[in-house]
Amino acid sequence: MSTILISGGMVVDQTGARTADVLVADGVIVESHDGNPDVTIEATGLTVTPGFVDLHTHLREPGKEEAETIETGSRAAALGGYTAVVAMPNTDPTQDCVSVVDFVRRQGKLAGLCDVHPSASITVGRAGHQLTPFAELAEVGVRLFTDDGNGVQNPLLMRRAFEYSKGLGITMAQHCEVEQLTDGAVMHEGDCCSHLGLPGWPAVAEELMVHRDIELVRLTGAPAHFLHLSTAKSVELVRRAKSDGLPVTSEATPHHISLTDELLRSYAAIYKVNPPLRTMDDVVAVREGLSDGTIDAIATDHAPHVAATKEQPLDLAPPGMLGLETALGVCLAHLDMSVSDVVAALSWKPALIAGLGGLHGRPIVPGEPANLTVFDAEEEWEVAPAQLASKSRNTPFVGVPLRGRVKHTVLGGVVTVENGVATR
Amino acid sequence: MSRSLLSIEELGVDGVQRVLELADTMAEVNRRPNPKVPALRGRTVCNVFFEDSTRTRLSFETAAKRLSADTMTFAVSQSSLNKGESFRDSIETIAAMGVDAFVIRHASAGAPWLVEDWTTASVVNAGDGWHAHPTQALLDVYTVRVALNRTAGFDGLRVAVVGDIKHSRVARSTTTAFKALGADVIWVAPTTLLPPVVGETATDRLDDVIGDGVDVLYMLRMQNERMTEALVPNLREYTARFGLTPRRAACLAPSTIVMHPGPVNRGVEIAIDLGELPGSVVKQQVTNGISVRMAVLYDLLSANPNSTSDIEINDDVAAAPKEHP
Repeated sequence: MSTILISGGMVVDQTGARTADVLVADGVIVESHDGNPDVTIEATGLTVTPGFVDLHTHLREPGKEEAETIETGSRAAALGGYTAVVAMPNTDPTQDCVSVVDFVRRQGKLAGLCDVHPSASITVGRAGHQLTPFAELAEVGVRLFTDDGNGVQNPLLMRRAFEYSKGLGITMAQHCEVEQLTDGAVMHEGDCCSHLGLPGWPAVAEELMVHRDIELVRLTGAPAHFLHLSTAKSVELVRRAKSDGLPVTSEATPHHISLTDELLRSYAAIYKVNPPLRTMDDVVAVREGLSDGTIDAIATDHAPHVAATKEQPLDLAPPGMLGLETALGVCLAHLDMSVSDVVAALSWKPALIAGLGGLHGRPIVPGEPANLTVFDAEEEWEVAPAQLASKSRNTPFVGVPLRGRVKHTVLGGVVTVENGVATR
Repeated sequence: MSRSLLSIEELGVDGVQRVLELADTMAEVNRRPNPKVPALRGRTVCNVFFEDSTRTRLSFETAAKRLSADTMTFAVSQSSLNKGESFRDSIETIAAMGVDAFVIRHASAGAPWLVEDWTTASVVNAGDGWHAHPTQALLDVYTVRVALNRTAGFDGLRVAVVGDIKHSRVARSTTTAFKALGADVIWVAPTTLLPPVVGETATDRLDDVIGDGVDVLYMLRMQNERMTEALVPNLREYTARFGLTPRRAACLAPSTIVMHPGPVNRGVEIAIDLGELPGSVVKQQVTNGISVRMAVLYDLLSANPNSTSDIEINDDVAAAPKEHP
């Protein structure tokens, strides 16, 4: 394995910020090394941080390889500065058993561009009826369980899921949506949908389930993670739950801190996502949640779709947006937070939630694994869909000013991105 | 003037006035023994209906034919469409045959905007989901304009739109058109049948609205499936609160105009024989629909620079004296 010198960068991790060289040998950060490094990364003016960890990536394989594969999604992740992603289980077949989970992990290893950590569904086939074998899946390393794409509707089943998960070292991650309130919904319920004549997705459909699960956490003592919070009230509910000392964590997406439902006035399905883009008040509340730590992590909800499916009327098009390659640029442009706090939400905080705290999001000190991201925190740029590494093109950020661009990514001592280009 | 008619908002006040004046001319044509002019000879209008609608389709077909345009009809139930790229493919395939105007009806709000993006032809929105139905709105205001002889505008006109506004593209468009011409519009419905955010004056007291005096009573169609969605308890209660019953009809001023976009759900929103109602203009709405749609097609196709042939302005049409009944 080669040695790498990252010279002159501003090193930012949970221990603070300092200008320093970072030396890597055999996949580990070292104090010193004999001889010249095999690779030198000039990082003067750049920021060097622990690699990013995405809690919420739809890699689409197995099942929808026309939209994304584990390889193309991993490449997009590496280009976005990620060294680990949690693969969402809404594949076909569902990641609800050891064999599918193993397949996803193996494809991730083969691609070798970032660590792919499969999550598993809470219920078999995400059908909301029968629990998946939590213990068996935990044994092969699954830490997050979610029926993402859907919430677990049945409160009794969810109570059992929390109870049964206790002590297994796993976390239930909920997509909060009371489906009876969102039947046929296309976009946020409010002024815009009223004018456009589109069925609305009311904020209360999310908030009711956030509230339900907070109370189930209070009842059972099991931890919960809330996926993609999108409304002001949801943020406030989680804030109160945390102040009550409950073991809850949460995430928000780059699009929910930067875009609003007004964009749907174009009728462009590129802006359809679930939960939907909401109002500026919600955007501000989600940003505040990130600032004050109510929301622990930024998670992309990277959701590739082939172009043809998005070239449809809003009610027929599937929800979802790309996110991996633009996350840093969106966050630094739209959050009034220090680079260090943004990186915390992109790296070591999600690493802990994903149960990857031993390997990813580690301090940049000798002896630690060399999972690193080097980025220019000041570079302003715009995304060009044709140049994305993702197999799909459904980014909503065309024309949105971005600030902060990943230059280099190192995974386990191997350079996966060099000068903004994937090495494999 | 723009290439397409997608919504009343995009048409604008001036556009509404222009179409209404043109409709006067077309109405004159329609009163002739041979109601046909060569104005759009050589032009092709394609009716693309992804949702059933016999009335609107026939109205557009008749309008196009009276202007001597060639017409094609592409009717397909949405369920038979493969929900992949078929919509775009269908449109692009038809466009490749050489179409000057698409008349689009689609169950999805926004669909005509997509069609406009995909073609260079003119696009007429013939109803998209719950969103908009601009030619219905134009024929509505045209009908009131003729019935009340109000060519200067609707300042001070009191309009009540009654019924299922939430799911009604007619309510949205016709409200916009009436307001553009200066009318005051009030929505009358239970909260369950209003959009989540109501930008208009709204009430659930129809009797109060009638008691306060109203110039135009616009009754919307009430669909049976709304019961299963728990939007109203049952049709009997709906009719009792929001229907035009004989009792309410007796309270209307003789000058009040009663309108309905059709088809009427007899005994539900209108529980009285419309023939007995002196103010009913429901049939005039249908008749005027032809003139208004002729005006729209003529307006667009004479404006569209992407059209392949020069429009033949017919002297009969252009020079026809305007009717001011």
